[in-house]
Amino acid sequence: MSQTLSAATLLAVPLAPLAGSLIAGILGTAFGGNRIGRTASHTATILGVFIAFVLSALTLKSVLVDGARFNQTLYEWMVVGGLKMEVGFLIDSLTAVMMCVVTFVSLMVHLYTIGYMHDDDGYNRFFSYISLFTFSMLMLVMSNNFLQLFFGWEAVGLVSYLLIGFWFNRPTAIFANMKAFLVNRVGDFGFILGIGLIAAYAGSLNYGEVFAKSGELAKLGFPGTDWMLITVICIGLFIGAMGKSAQFPLHVWLPDSMEGPTPISALIHAATMVTAGIFMVARMSPLFELSDTALNFILMIGAITALFMGFLGIIQNDIKRVVAYSTLSQLGYMTVALGASAYSVAVFHLMTHAFFKALLFLAAGSVIMGLHHNQDIRWMGGVRKYMPITWITFLIGSLALIGTPFFSGFYSKDAIIEAVHASHLPAAGFAHFAVLAGVFVTAFYSFRLYFLVFHGKERYDQNPDAHHDHDHHHGDGHDDKPHESPWVVWLPLVLLAIPSVVIGAMTLMPMLFGDVFKGVIHVDAARHPAMAELAEEIHGWLPMGLHGFVTAPFWLALAGVAAAYYMYMVNPALPAAIKRMFQPVYTVLDNKYYLDWFNENVIARGVRMLGTGLWKGGDRAVIDGLVVNGSWKVVGWVAGAVRRLQSGYLYHYALVMILGIFVLMTYFVWLNK
Amino acid sequence: MTLTLAHYLTLGAILFALSMVGIFLNRKNIIVLLMAVELMLLAINMNFVAFSHYLGDMHGQVFVFFILTVAAAESAIGLAILMLLFRNKSSINVDELNTLKG
Repeated sequence: MSQTLSAATLLAVPLAPLAGSLIAGILGTAFGGNRIGRTASHTATILGVFIAFVLSALTLKSVLVDGARFNQTLYEWMVVGGLKMEVGFLIDSLTAVMMCVVTFVSLMVHLYTIGYMHDDDGYNRFFSYISLFTFSMLMLVMSNNFLQLFFGWEAVGLVSYLLIGFWFNRPTAIFANMKAFLVNRVGDFGFILGIGLIAAYAGSLNYGEVFAKSGELAKLGFPGTDWMLITVICIGLFIGAMGKSAQFPLHVWLPDSMEGPTPISALIHAATMVTAGIFMVARMSPLFELSDTALNFILMIGAITALFMGFLGIIQNDIKRVVAYSTLSQLGYMTVALGASAYSVAVFHLMTHAFFKALLFLAAGSVIMGLHHNQDIRWMGGVRKYMPITWITFLIGSLALIGTPFFSGFYSKDAIIEAVHASHLPAAGFAHFAVLAGVFVTAFYSFRLYFLVFHGKERYDQNPDAHHDHDHHHGDGHDDKPHESPWVVWLPLVLLAIPSVVIGAMTLMPMLFGDVFKGVIHVDAARHPAMAELAEEIHGWLPMGLHGFVTAPFWLALAGVAAAYYMYMVNPALPAAIKRMFQPVYTVLDNKYYLDWFNENVIARGVRMLGTGLWKGGDRAVIDGLVVNGSWKVVGWVAGAVRRLQSGYLYHYALVMILGIFVLMTYFVWLNK
Repeated sequence: MTLTLAHYLTLGAILFALSMVGIFLNRKNIIVLLMAVELMLLAINMNFVAFSHYLGDMHGQVFVFFILTVAAAESAIGLAILMLLFRNKSSINVDELNTLKG
């Protein structure tokens, strides 16, 4: 513990956005009587997030420069049978990095929202929600115990639900937010089982105390089976991460979450909330290191997500959905890195991805604004001329995403590929193939999107739906030409583009091989030597960048870009021909591997049938029919039979008494000797 | 032939059995029912007196006085109830008195 971090300062980090959220949410909406206007709302929330960002940056500085650590319980909520439920902060390098990423992206998104939501009636409500999100996410990452982690975990899920359904008069948005909430319940069920097992066997919810007992936990078996307890715990926790970080097969909610406004797609569904699962696994590295089974499971899930979600991005026509599938694929990359025990690489990719994916989403939002809320890339094209700042920032984001040498995404993605290559786990072979193939797919869909949006013929007037949607937003001067967005929109783009380029080169060596995560992320180097082997191959950002031009991922990415260029710029008839040739494949992709169909028709319908069956069979037949009504009926039948004995004649009663006496006397006198 | 305890007890048992048959077989008259009950008590008294005499313990005969007194009071109450019953039902037929039936 250090003198440079005080509890009050740290408390201010999450509480400042909460205060902003309450001001905008209570005073700025009909809930509190619309006391303050739009300017006051966005000033309050942006100020709150700005304070949080400045304090986070100072915290990061004191953690990295002065080596400060903070691990303290601030408030004891309750004690249940020796199990303490507390609110506390654990501040180390991992937390500090996450705090800075969250608050920086959040600040950018707040700024951007001023422009993007300018015409929306729910302006103040929106600011309240995104500030509340910032608070929840900070509580999640700063936690020093599992309970607070779970609180933050659920709170970000709640805000995600509220924001996906922000336009609550759209049926599709309501469906999407319901879907997100329900799918996350599945994941959270696993998560809470994991936490419950930890509480039961470690007897504590505090990270430090649990990690101190991890050696004992590793020796235990799961009762009634021959599984290792630690494997069950880790897979439970990881199922939670699968829900929150949208890993196959719990990814289905993320593409639909694009029904929400674009700023939250950038903040919640790309940069921060969906990386909570990655953060959590990295935080729990002392536990996950103990179970090779869990790590193999993570590798497989991550590899499937990284490759197969990328394929779906190729055939999407909605600009936001392409970026959403790209997010899924990149989350798969991070998960693969976790599975290869390269936790620091996963957090590194998490950070670079947060910047360039938030940039891509915000730039996509800027394009959507410029094109009068048209999201279909088939009716875009040639936007480069009209929106130069959006164009250049989007290009930077795409280059970072596909892993162009010297861009931030290159360092993190190449490190992941190398780490998987160096991993010795059984699933690493498949994972290595998946992430390599994923590079080509990523490059292809990214530049398909880029070329269709920013280059080629202008196709705005061909959209059959253009004049039905959102006409009310732009009653004035209805020309179809795009226009550059206002400065509050493009300034965040520029501010995000800078880290998207340089952050990888700047932080590569300290984050991966330096002392930044020393004592925070635990890797059992003897069993999982991926990081150690990686350290022998990577010697610095400049050699790695130069070497990047001769490695397979670079050529795969280049091939992807070239293929996209040929198919969408040189020979636009080709994609349609390919689509005809591979009609079955296209149908499968267009239906998203039939997972939605499966979920709705098998799982949802199955659950409903199970519910109906339990209601009719269990509740109505057994409980109502047999237990409740049955008991009085039995009493009635018995009474009906017994009442026949009551003849009402005294001599019958007397006879019974006499006979009873004879029976008793017989028994006592002769039989009971 | 000398009278032994067994003779007296047999007499008591016969009296008791007679009164029991009286209770069970009598379907018509509630007064006969009351008389049968009295007879039952007398059968018991006979046993008391016999035991008292042959065992040389006067307590049994003292008990007989108490039982006779209580039996007289009981009969008075029983007859009074019978009067009221007759006033309400205009009948002392036992077969009609089945209001205890559940």
